[in-house]
Amino acid sequence: MSLRRPAKDQPENFEFNSSSLEAANSIIAQYPEGKQQSAVMALLYIAQKQNNNWIPLAAMKYIAKLLNMPYIKVYEVATFYSMYNLSPVGKFFVQVCTTTPCMIRGANKLVEACKEKISINESELSDDKSCSWMEVECLGACVNAPMMQINDDYYEDLDKEKTLKILDKILNGETPKPGSYRGRINNEPENNRKTLLEIKNA
Amino acid sequence: MLEDKDRIFKNLYNDLGSDVVSSQKRGDWTNTKELIAKGRDWIISEIKDSQLRGRGGAGFPTGLKWSFAPKEIGSRPHYLVINGDESEPGTCKDRDILRFEPHKLIEGCLIASYAVQAHICYIYIRGEYFIDGQKLQSAINEAYKNNLIGKNAAGTGWDLDIYIHYGAGAYICGEETALLESIEGKKGQPRLKPPFPALVGLYGCPTIINNVETIAVVPTILRRGGKWFASLGREKNTGTKIFCISGNVNTPCNVEEEMNIPLKELIEVHAGGVIGGWDNLQAVIPGGSSMPLIPKDKCETLTMDFDSLMAEKSGLGTAGIVVINKDQDIIKCMARIARFYKHESCGQCTPCREGSGWMWRMLERMAKGEASRDEVEMLGDVTKQIEGHTICAFGEGSSWPVQGLLRHFKDEIKKRNKFDPIVKENKNIPYLVDQHLLDKNA
Repeated sequence: MSLRRPAKDQPENFEFNSSSLEAANSIIAQYPEGKQQSAVMALLYIAQKQNNNWIPLAAMKYIAKLLNMPYIKVYEVATFYSMYNLSPVGKFFVQVCTTTPCMIRGANKLVEACKEKISINESELSDDKSCSWMEVECLGACVNAPMMQINDDYYEDLDKEKTLKILDKILNGETPKPGSYRGRINNEPENNRKTLLEIKNA
Repeated sequence: MLEDKDRIFKNLYNDLGSDVVSSQKRGDWTNTKELIAKGRDWIISEIKDSQLRGRGGAGFPTGLKWSFAPKEIGSRPHYLVINGDESEPGTCKDRDILRFEPHKLIEGCLIASYAVQAHICYIYIRGEYFIDGQKLQSAINEAYKNNLIGKNAAGTGWDLDIYIHYGAGAYICGEETALLESIEGKKGQPRLKPPFPALVGLYGCPTIINNVETIAVVPTILRRGGKWFASLGREKNTGTKIFCISGNVNTPCNVEEEMNIPLKELIEVHAGGVIGGWDNLQAVIPGGSSMPLIPKDKCETLTMDFDSLMAEKSGLGTAGIVVINKDQDIIKCMARIARFYKHESCGQCTPCREGSGWMWRMLERMAKGEASRDEVEMLGDVTKQIEGHTICAFGEGSSWPVQGLLRHFKDEIKKRNKFDPIVKENKNIPYLVDQHLLDKNA
């Protein structure tokens, strides 16, 4: 299990804005009547998106009221799942996969790059408070290893140099182009394709 | 090598586009209505004939699973749930289906929903795949617009609604009952079985849960016949499978191949060989991180299917092949996998919650050469204490890779960790030594 604690500095109040509320209502409608608790995971995402990438306790209380469920149940969910950030992570949240398939292809170099550019310790905001990084478990892009995720996008086939360039860009407030950084197309074997060639050449 | 005409996922590398029109061009949605008109029993018997086994890891026969759904809808509705939580290290096949072949999946959902009499289908996608989930969502929207799903889906007279439910970074939610808990808006902690989800599942209703890849191959099986699918591979291990080859190979890739393909062919032909040549191979994890590794000498002749890997005391799992060459420290690799399991344990059962951390800490020490000789046996003992003593299969998943390491690389560990019971040497490692024994020596 991983240890997860809410941040010390918490805002007093939280409320969905009108677009968040609209999104929340359409998600609640996806589940059978009386089972609105199912929407809690999606609503936490919406809260996280509205609140600069992290979820304050006030948001959990608000969601509990909205879904008519006990606050502790929302708290349980928010602390159980690792993608809910319980403390500020910055506008750009960098997650480096370091599980074995990435590790043996040099994920530690990516970690080094993050330490150089963002902050010495993981889960620490950079000097300008715009981003933070952390090591995470398998992100499910193992054939594109080593890779990292920045907010929703995957950056694949990296090495230290390429990572440094990407981090430079986000520190300047730009969003770099996601995808493979060795120029290969999706998950095909690079320059070694033996299958579905007729389709490729058609 | 499998011929291209027998490949099911023709758009695995996105040469053709994933929208509904290009999907129809390669055969999706062409005669869904006729397939469903042949009836529930025909669909299930055809899937049984194909001997399709679940692609999510356990390899349970799909036709049999569907036949467990109650024959008549009682007071409770039926649900179909698709498991796209794919979090097993080494596996990234479902992602390609979600983003490049979404219509195969949606059509499969319609057929499977009809077969098990479900009107609502939830597709559970891991939260990290948000972008890929959005691609699936736009395919679902397209399907609604073309009346392929919704009321009277594809003209079949069957109503079906499909919703996506995003996970949030919990590996355990790939376990089917944890996944149901997660959809219900709770912590993803597995339930005791029985009752099995086919009778008491989502919201207490009959629920059939299948992997993304399993469902996505169903329409093609019905179109080309269960016999065709069964003719590929070998008895009880039929059909095609997407293999993900990652790690120390020259061209890591996803590729769809026939079951029972030699491992060496996958690595040498598709993945461009091991970095440093075949002789530089150290070990292979054949089916995602929870399957025990296979040392090099066995890789020469190994074929990739459920039963042949079982005979090697490993398993096909999700067919995520991780190749580890001799440049890597095998103990460190396994210690990292143990850390993964320590991080992902849901904390419900004590043997797993405590044992996974225990295994990780021991392996980290062994990688550094700080463990004592007798600890090697103790590590094996810890894995046995976890395995079989937990609610779900996570206990097995976390202890098998360690057992695999001990089975094949015990000498390596012993070579590195050779000091005798610590007390004799008065070695200064506080957490290894009973302090009162040290006092006596002093």
